[in-house]
Amino acid sequence: MPQYGIFVYSPAPADPMDLSPEYAAALDRYAAQIEELGGKALSGIALQPSTTATSIRGDVVTDGPFIEAKEVVAGFYILEAPDLDVALRIAKLNPATWDGGVEVRPLFFPPAE
Amino acid sequence: MSVTGDGDTDTVEHAVADAHRREWAFVLAATARVAGDLDLAEECVQDAYVAALDTWARDGVPRKPGAWLTAAAKRKALDALRRNRVFRTKLPLLVEPDEVDMDEPDDDAVPDDRLRLIFTCCHPALNREAQVALTLRLVCGVSTGDISRLFLVTEPTMAARITRAKKKISAARIPYRVPGADELPDRLDAVLTVVHLFYTTGHTAPSGGDLIRADLVEHALNLARILLTLMPDEPEVRGLLALLILTDARRSTRTDAQGRLVLLEDQDRSAWDRAAIDEGCHLTADAFRSGRVGRYALQAAIASLHAVAADYAATDWPQVLRLYDELLKVWPSPVVALNRAVAVSMVSGPPAALDEIDALERDGRLGGYHYLPAVRADLLRRLGRWSEAAAAYRAALDLADNAAEREFLANRLAEAVESGSGRPSER
Repeated sequence: MPQYGIFVYSPAPADPMDLSPEYAAALDRYAAQIEELGGKALSGIALQPSTTATSIRGDVVTDGPFIEAKEVVAGFYILEAPDLDVALRIAKLNPATWDGGVEVRPLFFPPAE
Repeated sequence: MSVTGDGDTDTVEHAVADAHRREWAFVLAATARVAGDLDLAEECVQDAYVAALDTWARDGVPRKPGAWLTAAAKRKALDALRRNRVFRTKLPLLVEPDEVDMDEPDDDAVPDDRLRLIFTCCHPALNREAQVALTLRLVCGVSTGDISRLFLVTEPTMAARITRAKKKISAARIPYRVPGADELPDRLDAVLTVVHLFYTTGHTAPSGGDLIRADLVEHALNLARILLTLMPDEPEVRGLLALLILTDARRSTRTDAQGRLVLLEDQDRSAWDRAAIDEGCHLTADAFRSGRVGRYALQAAIASLHAVAADYAATDWPQVLRLYDELLKVWPSPVVALNRAVAVSMVSGPPAALDEIDALERDGRLGGYHYLPAVRADLLRRLGRWSEAAAAYRAALDLADNAAEREFLANRLAEAVESGSGRPSER
């Protein structure tokens, strides 16, 4: 099955310790919803708030995320889904879409040769 | 199989060109299911058309050119897949392999592969420009060069846009499928928007000298007819076709012999295509009978009221206004509100309409849209407020790109300036 990287964007600084009880409850339900819709979440990670990030461009080291924006990457997981329609249906249910959003991007596998 | 025997070159070329116009989408849509990839399918279909030139000249034109081309293109696709198994494993399949070999198991939902092709080209994960370009290239069979000229970009730019879109379909696994009932309304709306965009782009080219680009208009009408054949129970498909036919019935009167714009109120109604108007009115009535009217059926109903009116003033303006009220409910767009303001002026007079225009200007979403100052200018002209009208015509001219529309606005501006100076008492 195709695999997609799902980038979760939340309002900065996206502190996972500050999740509302509703958000946490929705996240608990989300795993089951993914399966019901025909997908499968593989590895997932949550990140510390963006205030803890350090970025390097060229040889310049700066405090904070790589791109200054209202929303920052809060986490990332790999979704297996039969096609983009299913992946999008699953992504739409992600509670991150309430006040931020998600990016769905197919994983790259080098051509088999 | 053949009806013409040894075809002479002209007959064969004509038959191939004809099959290209009529059957391209059908052949490509069927081949894509076997190829599992739009790029490969397109290549095989092009090869099949080239092969047809030789084979038909030798063996005669087949009785069913579309079936011949589909079989030839599918064979080429299978050959390509067999020749290179590595190639196949590298390609993300548009459909599961076992589905390819089944013989139309779900005939009710998918009477024809063309719908899959159309819905794939208009998938919401593709941006609107990509949807438009892909649909013209893959569904209508328009060459990349012609598409680039229609949209005033260079051919390499258009080629890159199409390649990028096809690559996304393949890499992100946009499925080759007609959406299910739960998603259909939204997805269908995207398809209808693309077809309507062909029409409006062709009807009022956003810039350049020709007010109408007949090819795009023809493609829009053809696609709408195909869609109605494939989805006869969707009232909005019927509504869109009705709208296009009714608008197109006035095509020859929208510009004069010099290519200048002629307003609806000044058009020669005796030159309107009555047969087309009858067809459009019937389609509109049928769409309304279904009870679920959407924005296209409502626009078609407005167009039909204009089409059957003896002249501009005799139009059933109160009914037009009621339809605009309904339209605004299902489609709260400032452009609809602007058109509604024109109907308000005909029912309640220009001052009431000017209030609506003021509200739209405060709203701000139509900033940069030349029809907003153009409508204001016309209302002021009707009230004899010449200097204000002139200022509004100038504002519209600053924003308009189409040569025919610019000429119209410039003439109206000159009139306003002249009338204003002839009446020094006017304040």
